[in-house]
Amino acid sequence: MLKIDRRLIEHFDWITFFTIIAICFIGILTIYSATRPPLDEGEVPPFYVKQLIWLIIAITGMFIFISFDYTVLRKYWLILYIIGILLLVIVLFTGKTAMGAKRWINLGFFSFQPSEIFKIVFIISISAYLETKNSPLSTIEALKTMAIFGIIPFVLIVKQPDLGTGMLILITTFIMTVYKGLRVRLLILLLSIFIISIAFLWEILWEGLKEYQKNRLIAFLDPNVDPRGIGYNIMQSVITVGSGGFFGKGFLEGTQGPLKFLPERHTDFIFPIFAEEWGFIGCLLLLFLYFTVFFRCFQTSVIAKDNFGKLIATGFTALFVIYFFINIGMTLGIMPVVGIPLPFMSYGGTTLLANFIGIAMVINVRMRRFELFYP
Amino acid sequence: MKIKEQIFIGIIFLIFFVIVLRLWQLQIIETDKYKKLAEQNRIRIIKIPAPRGIIYDRNGIPLVENTPSFSVSVSYEYLHKIDTKILSKILKVPEEELKTKLEKKPESMYMPVTLKEDLTFKEVAMLEARKSELAGLIIETEMKRSYPFNKATSHLLGYLGKITEEQLKTDPSLSNFPPYFMIGQTGIEKIFDEKLRGIPGEKIVEVDALGRELRLIKETSPVKGDDIYLTIDILLQDAAYKALEGREGAFVAVKPDTGEILAIVSTPSFDPNMFAKGVSLKYWSELTADSKNPLLNRAVHGLYAPGSTFKIVTALAGLEEGVVTPDRVLVNCTGGISYGKWTFGCWKKGGHGAVNLRRAIVESCDVYFYKLGEILGIKKLHKYATLLGLGSPTGLNIFNEKSGLVPDEEWKKNVLKSNWFLGDTFNTAIGQGFLKVTPLQMATVVATVVNGGIKNKPYIVKGQANNKENLNFDKTNIEFIKNALSGVVNEPAGTAFTAHSSIIKFGGKTGTVQVVSKKIKEKFSSKHLEHHAWFVGFAPVDKPEIAFSIIIEHGGSGGGVAAPVAKNILESYINKKRNLYVKN
Repeated sequence: MLKIDRRLIEHFDWITFFTIIAICFIGILTIYSATRPPLDEGEVPPFYVKQLIWLIIAITGMFIFISFDYTVLRKYWLILYIIGILLLVIVLFTGKTAMGAKRWINLGFFSFQPSEIFKIVFIISISAYLETKNSPLSTIEALKTMAIFGIIPFVLIVKQPDLGTGMLILITTFIMTVYKGLRVRLLILLLSIFIISIAFLWEILWEGLKEYQKNRLIAFLDPNVDPRGIGYNIMQSVITVGSGGFFGKGFLEGTQGPLKFLPERHTDFIFPIFAEEWGFIGCLLLLFLYFTVFFRCFQTSVIAKDNFGKLIATGFTALFVIYFFINIGMTLGIMPVVGIPLPFMSYGGTTLLANFIGIAMVINVRMRRFELFYP
Repeated sequence: MKIKEQIFIGIIFLIFFVIVLRLWQLQIIETDKYKKLAEQNRIRIIKIPAPRGIIYDRNGIPLVENTPSFSVSVSYEYLHKIDTKILSKILKVPEEELKTKLEKKPESMYMPVTLKEDLTFKEVAMLEARKSELAGLIIETEMKRSYPFNKATSHLLGYLGKITEEQLKTDPSLSNFPPYFMIGQTGIEKIFDEKLRGIPGEKIVEVDALGRELRLIKETSPVKGDDIYLTIDILLQDAAYKALEGREGAFVAVKPDTGEILAIVSTPSFDPNMFAKGVSLKYWSELTADSKNPLLNRAVHGLYAPGSTFKIVTALAGLEEGVVTPDRVLVNCTGGISYGKWTFGCWKKGGHGAVNLRRAIVESCDVYFYKLGEILGIKKLHKYATLLGLGSPTGLNIFNEKSGLVPDEEWKKNVLKSNWFLGDTFNTAIGQGFLKVTPLQMATVVATVVNGGIKNKPYIVKGQANNKENLNFDKTNIEFIKNALSGVVNEPAGTAFTAHSSIIKFGGKTGTVQVVSKKIKEKFSSKHLEHHAWFVGFAPVDKPEIAFSIIIEHGGSGGGVAAPVAKNILESYINKKRNLYVKN
C-alpha cells in the first residue's frame, strides 16, 4: 500500500495543487495585512502564522487522503454518514458556545467544527449512495436522497445555529441529485414544491430566524437602511472593494481593514481587504486562480473512470463554487450576509483542512482514473 | 460533454461573469464615490477652540478671563462597562441619573458621553486618583469665560451662547465654526465677537471604527482672539453697581472732553458666569419671568421722561436765544400757573416768590420754566434738545440704543392726530409730557454742556475714532449754567444739598418724574406709582472729569434719593482709587 506507483505521481494534479497553494499564500498575506501590528488584537501567535501552520497541516492531510484509492470508501459510506450525523448531534449537546452558536466540539487540546467534517463525509456518502441507483432517479429515490443527505443534516446544522452551512449542504445535495439525473417533471415538481413551501413557510421561517439573521436579510435588501447598524457590514464591505479602484491601494496600504471599519476582516470579509489593496487587476488574477481550480475539479468529474468518482468530483466542485459565490457575492453586496468563509483564503484551521481534504478527494479521483477496478 | 455537464460549466462561467461585472461596477465605474467614503471613514477634522481675547478696562484691569473648566465623559466603548457606583459617589450625582445619561445615544456614534461639566478641583483630583478603576473615563479641560466683576459688568460685556442656526445662516464668518462653539450673544462680547473669537485650530486625525484617534495627520494651532481695551473704569462701574444694587435703575458716566464711556450700569442684573457653559433653562426662565426684568439694559434701553433734569436744556436755550438773562426775574412763583381751566403747579406748593434763572435752576422752580418755555416756544425747545443729542441715538453704536423722543407740533399732529397746546410746551419745558430719554443720552447732554458746548460722540473701546462737534454756545452762558448746577448741590437752598460731599465737589440737577397723576398716586399707594428719581451731574466742579446720569425707577424724589446715590458712587469711587494708588 505504501508503494507508490510512478504513474500516480505523474497523474497527480500539480496544476490544481499549486494554484491552491498560490491562493493560500495570497490569503496569508491578506490575513497579515488585515490584522498586522500594531492594529491587531495582540493575538499570539499572529493569525497569519497560525494560518501558515494550518496550511502545513492541511497539505499533510491532503497527501494522506490521496495516498489510498478512493474506491475503497464506497464500502464505508454508511459508517461515514452515521459518524458525521452523530458528530452533528453531539455538538448540539456538548458544543462550545461562541457568539451565540454551538458549532465547535472541544477536545481540550483542539477544537473543531463537526459541520466541516460532515461536508466531506456527506459528499462521499451521497456519491456512494447515488452510484448504485439508476439514472434518472425514481421519485421515491430522489425524495429519499434529499431527506437523508439534505433535510436531516440541514435541520441539525441550522439548530446550532449555522444557517449558512445548512443551506450549503442542502443546495449541494440538491445539485448532486439533479446531476445524478432526475426526470424533468420531477425536477419541476421539486422546484415548485420548494418555492411554494418557502412562500408558505416564510412566516414560520422568518419567525424562527434569530434577530441578527433577520437584520442581515433586511440589510441585504437595502444596505442604506442604517449604515451604522445592520447594513453596516455590507456598506463597509462595498466601500472597501470600491475604494480599491483599478490598481488598488497597494499591499499594506489599505485603510478599511486595519482601522477596523470592516468586521470579520480576516475571516468572512477577507476578499474586500484583498480587493482594496490589489484593485480590479488583482481581483481578476485571483478570480483566474479560483476559476482554474474549479475548472480542473469539474474536468475531473468529466474524465473520472467511474460514477462514484464523477459524483465525488461534482460534489466537491459544487461545494467549493457555492462557498465561493456566496462569500464573494456577500462582500460585493449581491448576496445576503451569510457567515461562511472564502475557501482557501479565509482564516480558519478546520475549514482549511476540510477544504484540502475535499481537494485531495478530487485529485485522488483524477490521478487514479486509469486504474482498473481490482485493487 | 453531456448536456448536464455543459450546463454545470455554464453556471460556473455565469457566476464568474457576474462577479467580474460587479467588480467592474464597484472598482472602475463607482470607485471615486467609494474612495471618498473610505476617506470620510478614517479622517476626522476636530476643531480646537481658540482662546477668546481678554477685555480690559481703561487701566488694564481684566474684566473677563479664560479659566479652565473640567468636564468628565466616558468613551463610547466603555459606556456600559464603567463603574457608575464610584462615579456616583465622587460626582455626587445619583447612580440612576448617570445610568440614564450613559444609556442615551451619544450625539454622534462613537463619541464620548459627557456626564458632568464644571467639576471642582476636588472632584478632578478624586477622579484622577481612581482612574485605574474607571477605564474609559475622559477628563477634559476647556477654557470657560469667567467674569470677575460678575453682575457689575453683565449688561456691558454681555454673555456667550452657542451659535444659533440663524447666525450660521446669516453670518458667513461663522462658516468655519462648529455649531457647538460659543460666541458672544449680547454686549461687548457680541459686538466685538469677530475680534475676540480668534481663529479655531484644526486637528486632522485618522480614526478607527471606534472613533479612537490613531494618528495625527495635520494640526494647525488656534490663534488667540485679540484683546480689547475699553474706556470703562471698572472702579467707577463697580461702585455704581454696588450703589444701585437692589433697585431698578441705571448709571452712565462719560468723560466730557473725549466722550469716553467710563461706566454704564443697569440694575437689577444677572450673573454672566451662569452663561459661560450655555445658560440653563432654569436660570433663563428665572430671568425672563422676573418682573424687574434683569435682562433689560436700562442705561440704553430704558426710556424715561427726563423731568427737571431737562431744565438744563431749557435754561441753555433761553440764554442762547437771548430771551432771558441770568439775573432777570421772570416770574413771581406762587406755586402754580393757570392756563385756561388747567393749573400747572410748581413742586413747591407755597411757591418760590420772585425767581431769576439761577434760583430757578438751583431750586428747580417749575413756574419759571413754564414761563421760559412759553417765551421760547416748542420749536426752540425742540431745536436745543435735538442739538444736544436728545431724540436720536448718541452713536455709541453698541447696544442698539433707543432714540427717545423730543416732541414738537408736527410730531403730535402726525402721531397723536392732535394739535399742540401751550400746556404741552409747559410740560416739555420741565421735562415731563411726551419727552423720552435714555440715561445714556442725559449723561451726554451734561457732558456736552460742561465741555463748553463741544459735543463728543460717546465711545467705549479705546482708540476708536471720536467725533467732535462744536455747538458754539456762548462761554459765559456755559459758565453760568455750570455754576448754577454746582449751586444745586452745594448751596443750602439747592434741591440736592443733602447730597453735597466734603470729599468731592460736584454739581448737577435733580429730577423727579411723575409716573401717574398726583390724584391717582394718592388713591393707590403702591411702589410702582412712586416717582422716578433722576440726578444728572458732573465732577469735580472746577475741572469736570466725569459727567453722569442716574435714574432710579420708582425711587422717589431726585434730590432725596438719586442725588445721595450719586454722592455715594463718587465718594466710594474716589476712595477705591485712592486705596489702589496707596497699594501700588
